[in-house]
Amino acid sequence: MAKESWLTSFPDMDRSDIITLRKTLDGAYRDFSREYGDLIESFFDPLLSFLIWFENLLLSSPWWLVLAAIAGFTYAAGRSWKLCLGVVCSMLAIGYFGMWENTMRTLSVITVCTLLSIALGVPIGIAMARSDRVQKIVTPMLDIMQTMPAFVYLIPVVMLLGIGKIPGVIAVVIYAIPPVIRLTNLGIRLVDEEVLEAATAYGASPTQRLLGVQLPLAMPNIMAGINQTIMMALAMVVIASMIGVKGLGQPVLKSITNQYFTLGLLNGLAIVALAIIFDRVSQAYARRTQRHLGGAGHV
Amino acid sequence: MSDLHSEKQLLIQIRGLYKLFGKNSKKVMERVHKGESKDQILVDTAHTLGLRDINIEVNAGEIFVIMGLSGSGKSTLIRHFNRLIDPTEGEILVEGTDITEFSPKELESFRQQKMSMVFQRFGLMPHRTVIDNVAYGLTVQGVNKKERLEKAQEWLNTVGLSGYEQQYPAQLSGGQQQRVGLARALCTDAEILLMDEAFSALDPLIRSEMQDQLIELQSKLQKTIVFITHDLDEALRLGDRIAILKDGELVQQGAPEEILLNPATDYVEAFVKDVNRARALTVETVMKPPEYRITAETIGEALKQMRKSSEEYGYYINDDGYQGIILQETLEEAVETGSNNNISTVVVETVPAIQADSLLEAVIPDTLDTDFPLPVIDDDGQLQGLLSRSSLAEVLGDSSTVTSH
Repeated sequence: MAKESWLTSFPDMDRSDIITLRKTLDGAYRDFSREYGDLIESFFDPLLSFLIWFENLLLSSPWWLVLAAIAGFTYAAGRSWKLCLGVVCSMLAIGYFGMWENTMRTLSVITVCTLLSIALGVPIGIAMARSDRVQKIVTPMLDIMQTMPAFVYLIPVVMLLGIGKIPGVIAVVIYAIPPVIRLTNLGIRLVDEEVLEAATAYGASPTQRLLGVQLPLAMPNIMAGINQTIMMALAMVVIASMIGVKGLGQPVLKSITNQYFTLGLLNGLAIVALAIIFDRVSQAYARRTQRHLGGAGHV
Repeated sequence: MSDLHSEKQLLIQIRGLYKLFGKNSKKVMERVHKGESKDQILVDTAHTLGLRDINIEVNAGEIFVIMGLSGSGKSTLIRHFNRLIDPTEGEILVEGTDITEFSPKELESFRQQKMSMVFQRFGLMPHRTVIDNVAYGLTVQGVNKKERLEKAQEWLNTVGLSGYEQQYPAQLSGGQQQRVGLARALCTDAEILLMDEAFSALDPLIRSEMQDQLIELQSKLQKTIVFITHDLDEALRLGDRIAILKDGELVQQGAPEEILLNPATDYVEAFVKDVNRARALTVETVMKPPEYRITAETIGEALKQMRKSSEEYGYYINDDGYQGIILQETLEEAVETGSNNNISTVVVETVPAIQADSLLEAVIPDTLDTDFPLPVIDDDGQLQGLLSRSSLAEVLGDSSTVTSH
């Protein structure tokens, strides 16, 4: 065989160099997580205690009380008896098939993840809408978050915080937050220029413009973003169960390893039911609050 | 043009205003000052010259119309009045204060107190009810709810929209929406009203209704209005003074009749050509100076006066002003019979007198009915001039050969 040249085989990095690189980076990150892991964990303590409190609340309350609360919340959001009835029926079915507790756990994780995504995502979206530079920086990050396989960013999270609820929540939020950021940004940028000019012309301050005009007018888009975020968080539930998030994901994981088809199907359907409930309720709420957009010829 | 506010008080003054759109406008301004053309600058530097050396003076209480076609820079210009757009160079003085020097806070309070604005596509907030839209300016100022809703209700009634308070803008027609826009602008009691093509998006019928309403409101409120339009008829109808903008430059400024009768450039002339002059000009601008006046007190003297003039008729005037027409024929008959020397017996009163500020359109039938030039009188009944059929025909007929008086 002729002498190897960079033309015949790819001039790649030396194997030992790659190993050194990996070792260095992994070692640095491990040192970092040993050094600061506890500190960072304590930073998330309030979140963890809220998560545990909320889960306990859902689990320790009698099932009929939780069901009544869910029905009441659904009605308050959508003002529709039909929707309410559908929600109650599917929850009853979930309970009847013995998945009540896991559903409650998933519900609490999803609720916390959604609230966290909104609390972080909306301000980031606003910052993006205000500055083209921020948009240029954040957009590629969102692209990475959405395309990077979820398993990959589970690794550093687990290295840093171990296995448990908080890493699960962080993983879910990373996976689910892009839509709410993107659509907040888009919604604000799409606000009718003339309406914003009118607010400025009457002497509104930047805060008055944001709270009085931009956010209310961007609301349909923001609500669509929140809706997407919830759906993605639910889709992440199964993956998050791999790092110890209890809920509907764990039975699914178990049924993959043990080939329990029915168990997997039932829990999968429960996740679908939750998704449909979240979707319908949030959309009904959005429709109800955006009623002024109806009527003829909205400009 | 009206005598009502002849004590003209300068309110807004724009001096040497330039607007160059682009990333490096300060540097490219050098080329503008060298006199390079807008197109050349765009090709060489990708900067768009929006406005070039604008100088405008707006007096308190007048409607100042800025007219131009799309792309002429008129919307850019009006946005400089309240600094929705900042100038690249130049001064904008309101009551002698240069508003380009204002800090953001000062600018906010200036916009709240001094100026309000009406937009072409209304700029209403779709998520607020009609009354909340009208009260928006006061909401921004932090006026309490009761007071601002009361005031908004008043203005809503003034523009004829009571009963629509709780509707959303999307439920209203275009004309109604713009009434809300107008009420919102009036609700803050700002002295200056900026109207950016306020009526352009409306149907012709609604537009002319809104113009009437604006004229009526203006006669009561005496605001200072800067009005942007691309419609010369609208400009002539509303404007006390008109400025014509072309490619970011002012080509002519003046009273409507000045622009109509003395277009400064071919561009203005092309504009003016299609205007319905009968609806745009008043009798005052077309009438000839009064001749053939009979001021004598007896028939004999009157006949003497009459014989000196070239015509066989005259307009009889006494201390109370214009009285009527006298024919030479009648005077001669009266002298021959000699029985009566009282001039009032020979005065013919059937010739209608017309008002100096009527539109030509309104006096056309009268000129056709009478063989004599019509006497034009002012409010006190004094003879101001004469309007003949021929001078009317000249103005209305061939627009290119008109000369002003």
